[in-house]
Amino acid sequence: MDFTFSPEHQALRRLIREFAQNEVAPLAAEIDREGCVPFETLRKLGRIGLLGVCFPQEYGGMGAGEIGYCILMEELGRVCTSTATTVGAHIGIGAMVIYLDGNEEQKRKYLTPLARGEKFGAFVLTEANAGSDAAAIRTRAVREGDSYILDGTKTFNTNGSFADIVTVLAVTDPTLGARGGITAFIVESDMPGFQVGTHENKMGIRGSSTAELIFEEVRVPQENVLGKVGEGFISFMKTLDMGRLTLGAACLGGAQAALDWATRWARTRRQFGAELAHKQSVQWMIADMATEVEALRSLVYRVGWMVDTGQPFAQLAAMCKLYGSEVASRAIDVALQIHGGLGLSRDFPIECFFRDARIAEIFEGTNEIQRIVIASTIFRQHGVRIRP
Amino acid sequence: MDFTLNEEQEMFLAMFRDFSTKEVAPNVEELDHEEKPPLDVLRKAAQQGFLGATLPEQYFGAELDYVSYCLLVETLARDSLSVAVTLATHVGLVAMSILERGTDAQKEEWLPAMAAGEMIGAFALTEPDAGSDVAALQTRSTLPQLLPSRDGSQTSPPVGGGLEGGAVLDGVKTWVTNGQIAGLFLVFAQGPEGVDAFLVPADAPGLTVGYREPTLGLRSVTFNTVYLEGCRVSEANRLGEPGAGLAIAQQAQDRTAVALAAAGLGVAGASIDAAVQFATERVQFGVPIAQKQAIQSYMAEAVTELEALRYLVYRAAWLVDQGQGAPFDFSVVKAHGARVAYGVTNRMLQVLGGYGYMEDYPLARRYRDVRALSIVGGPTALHQVRIAQHVFAERDVEIIP
Repeated sequence: MDFTFSPEHQALRRLIREFAQNEVAPLAAEIDREGCVPFETLRKLGRIGLLGVCFPQEYGGMGAGEIGYCILMEELGRVCTSTATTVGAHIGIGAMVIYLDGNEEQKRKYLTPLARGEKFGAFVLTEANAGSDAAAIRTRAVREGDSYILDGTKTFNTNGSFADIVTVLAVTDPTLGARGGITAFIVESDMPGFQVGTHENKMGIRGSSTAELIFEEVRVPQENVLGKVGEGFISFMKTLDMGRLTLGAACLGGAQAALDWATRWARTRRQFGAELAHKQSVQWMIADMATEVEALRSLVYRVGWMVDTGQPFAQLAAMCKLYGSEVASRAIDVALQIHGGLGLSRDFPIECFFRDARIAEIFEGTNEIQRIVIASTIFRQHGVRIRP
Repeated sequence: MDFTLNEEQEMFLAMFRDFSTKEVAPNVEELDHEEKPPLDVLRKAAQQGFLGATLPEQYFGAELDYVSYCLLVETLARDSLSVAVTLATHVGLVAMSILERGTDAQKEEWLPAMAAGEMIGAFALTEPDAGSDVAALQTRSTLPQLLPSRDGSQTSPPVGGGLEGGAVLDGVKTWVTNGQIAGLFLVFAQGPEGVDAFLVPADAPGLTVGYREPTLGLRSVTFNTVYLEGCRVSEANRLGEPGAGLAIAQQAQDRTAVALAAAGLGVAGASIDAAVQFATERVQFGVPIAQKQAIQSYMAEAVTELEALRYLVYRAAWLVDQGQGAPFDFSVVKAHGARVAYGVTNRMLQVLGGYGYMEDYPLARRYRDVRALSIVGGPTALHQVRIAQHVFAERDVEIIP
């Protein structure tokens, strides 16, 4: 056993933390107010290699593995949930699905510019009637000569409004459904028929773009089929497994931030002649937050290590997402409580983090779906196959 | 980073499991219902070297690292938390304190007997008015009254071995774990220079093991009142320097916090296994209840909490092996381990419904047992304060419990 981070990962964390503190934290309030993460910030992240943190160097990445990527998400999540979400959608699912199932040429053509931050990615799955039940999508892809014609509308697409390269799931054979009938495609945003529809006006992660994407007879060459025809559903689910881990890492950052603010305020604010830090009711809130943060940290980096060492991790990644989102929501709620009325003030970051935290219990598979993923693994080992 | 157990640890784990299945599991129900200490189990554990688990070979110990030791406690706790607590008190609180703080002579005298199970250790710290607040100990350690000798000088009265110096202990210790079965008590008392620690054999004149508490759970553990009345001990029985008692007690409890959290892992894991098995077999509304989302949700949350606890515990054990780890780390695992173990066992009992409440099924016993983990080794509230102390210390605020 060895629970220490390698010197390379420690150096990476210092680099990322410095960037997050200097380049992102000062903009967090503005990102929330203006409803977008500045392109300049994303480009800077790309220039220092962080948008390809986990990908091999041959594809423009940094080669820091999943642990390195978890460090990035934790440190960004600590300063700005919108930025973490934007980066996570770009790296962790948008580019990741190409890395996992793309062929060599697709990796050169699409993954490399994504990893370098020259282009931006989005992962396009959800539809109006297909959320948790992702196999119920209706977007069609019909073969025509050397191409497929895509038709349909996708909702809630993170980075959808500005992504250059989107990975899309569409039905190629309605008779087969998720098993053999759904295929993944790489679509470039300048392909004719691709349109950005309405933008969602959200409670939180306001700086992260969430847009409707309309595919109107978009002609996609067959070399842009990602993975095998009919196996797109598997590719997407596998990618989401990875995304769940790093979402947990972003939640770890958010929870740590909540703990930091709560502690700072508790030592500043005086009531009944002493700082709040001297009240046991406050100490216990802080202690419980710190305890859950440590438990989450051990879970996140253990699963990152499992990914890097090639072990099966899907069930544990679902736990990272489930536990991480709940720990972060609880921590920010408690931090708000310790701040009292000031916690509701829009002049303090707590208010923004409180609105931001809630989404983690919903996206990348609702927490109810995570529970089913976890339970189905448990019961499968005992010969019972459960259905959602 | 490397989260794997090494080959040796894997091998030990298999050995622990084998032992627990063969020697612990078949007897625990009876021992619990009859409230008997697990003497046979301890004898067999000694034969395997488990009662000297972490002691060096020269004292006939098994020389396990702390991670392996925690795996032992976890494994035993899967079958019996009583056995796990008895062993952790003997090894972690008493034997390891002697190993760390004792003189060579003390180690030679006590450790081989402890490893062989001829002498079980008990930890006598708590008093009626001193639980979490150990500085409030009332038990006194005073210098022996000097007797005039024929040549006009003064000497202390001879005790075992005729050694001079030493102390006289007076006071009452409550809830002394392993009290009734112990051959050696690690006693803490207020002395002239602070809290002193003494190794007091059970047969020392003036030491009396009294009332055994009837308890909610852990019914195979003996918790006794111990009376010290003019109990005369020699200087050779003093552990550490005069006044070093609190540090010795703290170190023992920090280390044991990790073992108790490992015990929590064992209880929670066993409870989950029982509930998974039940949910796949129990049919209601025409299907196994595993098909019901309410049950799936209970199971998913329980397993998630267990996994989030697991490497927190192993990491803390690893820190002990590295000679690292702050009170923060130990209190985090202790508080969280107790909370998860109780919460998980409670929910798994719910999965079993009425069957979970019946004493014929092990879950009811586990539920009674596991409640103690939030209290023994320091109540959760105390650990919360220690965690807060650490967090605020980083911001220059000193927290007083």
